[in-house]
Amino acid sequence: MLLNHPTTLLAEITHRCPLHCPYCSNPLEMTRADGELTTEDWTRVFTEARELGVLQLGLSGGEPLVRPDVEALAAHARAVGLYTTLVTSGVGLTRPRAEKLREAGLEHIQISFQDSDDAAADHVAGMSAVPQKRSAAAIVRELGFAFSINVVLHRANIDRVGDMIEMAASLGADRLELANTQYYGWALENRNALMPTRAQVDAAADIAEAAKGRHRGRMQIVYVLPDYHETYPKPCYGGWGKHYLMVAPDGRTLPCHGATHITTLRFDSVRDRPLRWIWEESPAFQAFRGDAWMQEPCRTCPRKAIDFGGCRCQAFALTGDATNPDPVCTLTPLRTIIDRAVQDAAGAHVYRFRYLSLEPQRV
Amino acid sequence: MTLTATSVPVLWRLARLEFDPVRKQRVLLYPEGVVLLNDTGAAILDLCDGRRSIGDVATILGERYHREVVDDVIEYLSRLADQELIRVA
Ligand code: SF4
Ligand code: SF4
Repeated sequence: MLLNHPTTLLAEITHRCPLHCPYCSNPLEMTRADGELTTEDWTRVFTEARELGVLQLGLSGGEPLVRPDVEALAAHARAVGLYTTLVTSGVGLTRPRAEKLREAGLEHIQISFQDSDDAAADHVAGMSAVPQKRSAAAIVRELGFAFSINVVLHRANIDRVGDMIEMAASLGADRLELANTQYYGWALENRNALMPTRAQVDAAADIAEAAKGRHRGRMQIVYVLPDYHETYPKPCYGGWGKHYLMVAPDGRTLPCHGATHITTLRFDSVRDRPLRWIWEESPAFQAFRGDAWMQEPCRTCPRKAIDFGGCRCQAFALTGDATNPDPVCTLTPLRTIIDRAVQDAAGAHVYRFRYLSLEPQRV
Repeated sequence: MTLTATSVPVLWRLARLEFDPVRKQRVLLYPEGVVLLNDTGAAILDLCDGRRSIGDVATILGERYHREVVDDVIEYLSRLADQELIRVA
């Protein structure tokens, strides 16, 4: 099979984070500081990534700014020709650090906001972070970075989507991503408490659509639909192992960040192997390339060229077999799993917050 | 946004044109996105400096390729304008 050049690398440089969002996509078993790749490891990975064809780099976490070497990493990324985004909570983005990042050639900063309502935002983050986020936003604007805001939508905040759009506009964002929660990791544990109703989802989509036109040319609005309420699954990032790769804090390299939950795959580490070998030859990247792995109805479905059978991580998480169709698809009997989850979520539930210090319980 | 021959197109200020030595191809980089450009596309974008109109761009390229290209230029830029990668100066 002729292999694509990957375009995007997400570098999750740490799992450490001062916030405790219950929808965090990090795995439940997080890597501790002493297990993280070093500065030299990361710069080598960025050089190898560019040689492999990667153009876009996301420096992410956890909260990437807990590492003191983000500036050095950004400078190296720029030197090898990557376009770099820092994906941050805003906590720790002080003016001196932002200035150093600007000098290093970092181009784009994405700050997550939990809500437009400050008290609700603090509740979800498990700490008071709003003032730091607002001041970070002002610094990002002032220093002339490309500036995105990301808000993860869930049952308790989705009704305020209109306010969130106004908040992002007033903070001067160039882009606003309104992303409905995807249920992996912590979010899957908290699915019942997070899932909005169909009516909430539809109302929010209408508001976002109307706002797109209003803000056109100043702020780009991207609304990511929640797949549980769709007829067909989301396309898997252009296909497994086709455009995207992600390196976890401990060096394990995955086709996407949901893949960590597929416990039947073994992910090779950049500590042991060159990135090119992992991309071209590692079993995990080969696993779901093309369509030979597919089961029915995907194998003979014309939509397989559009959605690639949906999300492998979701198929695994919900059915125990990553070669199944994504249960979101209404063409498979597995869809009853999703319908039942939507029903179960109707009603009151409480979150479990994300704490690095606690061993996760599974109940 | 509808583009015409008199529109003056300019690249989004947050997007930049680069040459990728790995693909040996021109690319457009911007927040959360990449466009891999073919030679004609890159030639069009190189001329979009925020001063030339689409008509001006088409005249220059028309001379280079010895044919009428204004409709092709409008179509190409409109696709990028839909994604807000091209704006009107
Ligand atoms: S497998 Fe799922 S999480 Fe991974 S890239 Fe595909 S859709 Fe996204
Ligand atoms: S059957 Fe498979 S390929 Fe067809 S729409 Fe459903 S998930 Fe996609």
